Amino acid sequence: MTAPLLSISHLNAVTGRNGETPILRDVSLDIAAGEVHGLVGESGAGKSTIAKAILGILPRGIRIASGSIALEGVDLLTLDASSRRKLLGATVSLIPQDPLTALNPGRRIEAQLTDGLRLWRGLSAADARLRALQLLDEVQMAEPERVMKAFPHELSGGMRQRVLIAAAFALEPKLVIADEPTTALDVTVQKQILRLIRAMQERHGTGVVFVTHDLGVVAQICDRATLLYMGKTMEQGRVKDLLDAPRHPYTRALMDACPRYDQPGRGLAPVPETVFADCRAEIAAFDRERAGHV
Amino acid sequence: MRVIAAVLAKRIGMAIVTLFGVAVVVFLLLRVAPGDPVAMMIGAGASAADVAELRARYGLDQPLLVQFGIWLAGVLRGDFGVSISLHRDVLELLSERLPATLELATAACAVAVGLGGAIAIAGTLVRGRKAEAAVDGVNGLMLAVPDFVWALAFVLVLGVLWPVLPLSGRMDPSVGVPFVSHFYLIESLLRGRFAIAGDIVAHMVMPVLALALPLAAVIVRILKEALSEAMMQDYVLVARVKGFSESRLVIGEALRNAVGPTLALTGVQFTFLIGGTVIVERIFAYPGIGAMAIDAVINRDLPLIQGLVLVFGALFILVNLAVDLGAVALNPRLRHGG
Amino acid sequence: MADSATIIATTGAPSRGRRRLQALARQPKVVWGGGFILFLVVVALAAPLIAPHDPLAQDLMSGTLPPLGFADYDPGFLLGTDDLGRDVLSRLIYGTRIALTVAFVAATLAALVGTLLGLLAGYFRGVTDTVVSRLIEIWMAFPPVLLSILVVAIMGSGVTSVIAAIAIIDWTRFARVVRAETMAQAQGDYVTAARTLGFGRWTILFREILPNVAPVLLALITLEMGIAVIVEAILSFVGLSVSSDTPTWGGMIAQGRQIIYQAWWVFAAPLAALFATVLAFNQLGDGLRRALDPVMQR
Repeated sequence: MTAPLLSISHLNAVTGRNGETPILRDVSLDIAAGEVHGLVGESGAGKSTIAKAILGILPRGIRIASGSIALEGVDLLTLDASSRRKLLGATVSLIPQDPLTALNPGRRIEAQLTDGLRLWRGLSAADARLRALQLLDEVQMAEPERVMKAFPHELSGGMRQRVLIAAAFALEPKLVIADEPTTALDVTVQKQILRLIRAMQERHGTGVVFVTHDLGVVAQICDRATLLYMGKTMEQGRVKDLLDAPRHPYTRALMDACPRYDQPGRGLAPVPETVFADCRAEIAAFDRERAGHV
Repeated sequence: MRVIAAVLAKRIGMAIVTLFGVAVVVFLLLRVAPGDPVAMMIGAGASAADVAELRARYGLDQPLLVQFGIWLAGVLRGDFGVSISLHRDVLELLSERLPATLELATAACAVAVGLGGAIAIAGTLVRGRKAEAAVDGVNGLMLAVPDFVWALAFVLVLGVLWPVLPLSGRMDPSVGVPFVSHFYLIESLLRGRFAIAGDIVAHMVMPVLALALPLAAVIVRILKEALSEAMMQDYVLVARVKGFSESRLVIGEALRNAVGPTLALTGVQFTFLIGGTVIVERIFAYPGIGAMAIDAVINRDLPLIQGLVLVFGALFILVNLAVDLGAVALNPRLRHGG
Repeated sequence: MADSATIIATTGAPSRGRRRLQALARQPKVVWGGGFILFLVVVALAAPLIAPHDPLAQDLMSGTLPPLGFADYDPGFLLGTDDLGRDVLSRLIYGTRIALTVAFVAATLAALVGTLLGLLAGYFRGVTDTVVSRLIEIWMAFPPVLLSILVVAIMGSGVTSVIAAIAIIDWTRFARVVRAETMAQAQGDYVTAARTLGFGRWTILFREILPNVAPVLLALITLEMGIAVIVEAILSFVGLSVSSDTPTWGGMIAQGRQIIYQAWWVFAAPLAALFATVLAFNQLGDGLRRALDPVMQR
């Protein structure tokens, strides 16, 4: 097996004044080139923290305590800000959660689609423009010429998300971080966007980290997935295996809490409180054991 | 564009009402003032018949409302009367002096915007570090100290203790006045007389800085706040992930969205700058309408005071209008009618 | 939120007052600014006791003596003398009297007028608001310095005219803020509650809304005092304030400007005093705003 595109190993993140509160507990995961890896969990599970740690955009209060994040063998955490910026700028991109706020309201779409191409590929304005039009075509945008001239507020939410997807794939990145890219959209648009991300990813052979709280989305788009609870991996593996034969009770409970399109009429079961209690007990045991080692 | 036209029409309508109000207030203020303006005009020793004749000539024997009508009609015809102390047509005096003030005020606005913008951007770039506290401290000082005090401090430091700049006037009197217009700076630049332009600029440095610093401070405070707000937006995050440098994030992404709100919130401060020219011109003996206004008041030169106050009122309103339109023009949502 | 605050205000007033005082003491700006103003007040009150010389006493033999640290310094004149041999320090000390009198009285007057009009406009809206807003707009179209000079020129020079001029000009600063604040407060639940309880509009305006506007007002008055000190100095500088036998900072600056090449310290000393005083009022006002504004406390 070749070296993975992205390899996170034993990543620990903390918050609080003295780093007293763990945010990530020893998370490890590998992503191969061209693979879609889901990070699944409820809010506060640490999935966004992982995404931000990869991108180097952790908020001020959160700190990496130990572990490594290697992109093609280069540990990102040991790089200084400027070299990390240069390394990641063209190789890793982001599809943000809320398309309504993720485009600069004061700049035309053309400027926002071409700026990265001009900076990292050194394209001329005309060449960057052609490439941007091609990208808009790829994301099945109607009237790309008109969209290029538009300001964000002139586009619908779905159109803006297509623009953001086009921008994310513009530089042929090796890795795309999709941070709940469909949460802010309505259901009908959601499915189109998911299909579009999958299509773009397959066409370009891009690795994707897909952050979501929705197992249904994971089933639809991901090859492999990591289930997180309170910053700890609960279960990890091929999505098919996870869904067919969940080993961890948390996974099972999440599946029960998920609407199933293939089983209409099946009622939704809320995650039983006992499952959470078990998870917390497991995490407490983990923390105790680690404290013992130190 | 439709939105801009609508805003323009509404603001101009309001401006006319305000200007009319200004005219009424000036008129009343000077009419309720103790002392007979005519007696002041011709001085002591005039005969009762002379006074009566002058009163009739200026319409001062008419009821107040008719007097106002006469004065307003004159103003609308461009007849502002004759200055009592300078014995010259008021409109002529204004058209000589106004260009000097316009050059001064425009330069001060430009410096304030440039300086304020630069400090706000620098402060945003170093936010969260010790240097930010230094920027805030300096700005606190700039914010607290008014133009009058700055002007005097410059006189002391740059004019006397370390005399590097000329203390008064608009240009070196030995040069003479080789100009056809009263826009000396603009004309000297257009005609390529850079030595003269340099001399004029040297004379402008201190008054311009005195006028610009308080406005720059307000711009810094509001723009820096708006920039920090913008820097927390998702679109900046997206741009950051694209690998843009911090300065490109601030200038290329955040700035354009912070300028409009800043302009809207600082609008009134631009008019304070115009008001500041009165005392600052006086301190530096700069021959604009501000310095002239103080003399006019002290000399009780009624026609000149009325003309000057109207000009100042019109300037204030125009500046407000320009700032409002600027704020609209900088907001793409409004510019394209949503 | 707001109505619970009023309940606390009526039932637990002492503790709330103490909390506010503690909040004030925690603001270094309040401590420094307020401390300096207090110092000025003491200087102004005790002027005859602490001034080393009669501020008006001329002594042409000891004219333009330089201040401490320069050659020819005379230990009897710490900050030197002017061209008439008058002691700069003594004149500076007496100058605080006019500066502070104008600051306190003019700012209070401007606040009274502006607050009243602002409250009325903000609460009754409609025609009242239109008239007040239009007045504010007309006022703002005058350069304030020109307007103040105009008022003093009409009323004749003197402290009373200066105070009147400042109040006449700067009421708009209070009216604008109080109007906006009153409009916001009038939307509050506690005002609706008071209305349903059948309180009259004046009771609501002065008992319910005014106390909630008061913190902002206090900060604004402090800032206005700084502005008043400046306006007085400007008018003195132009020669329109009090008669020349009363020492004022602005008058000293104007006189110092004439002899700036011979005796720059006559110009520098009152300028420094003006600078420090304005800064102190500004810091105090800013600190008060931070300490008293519930939004900024959070």
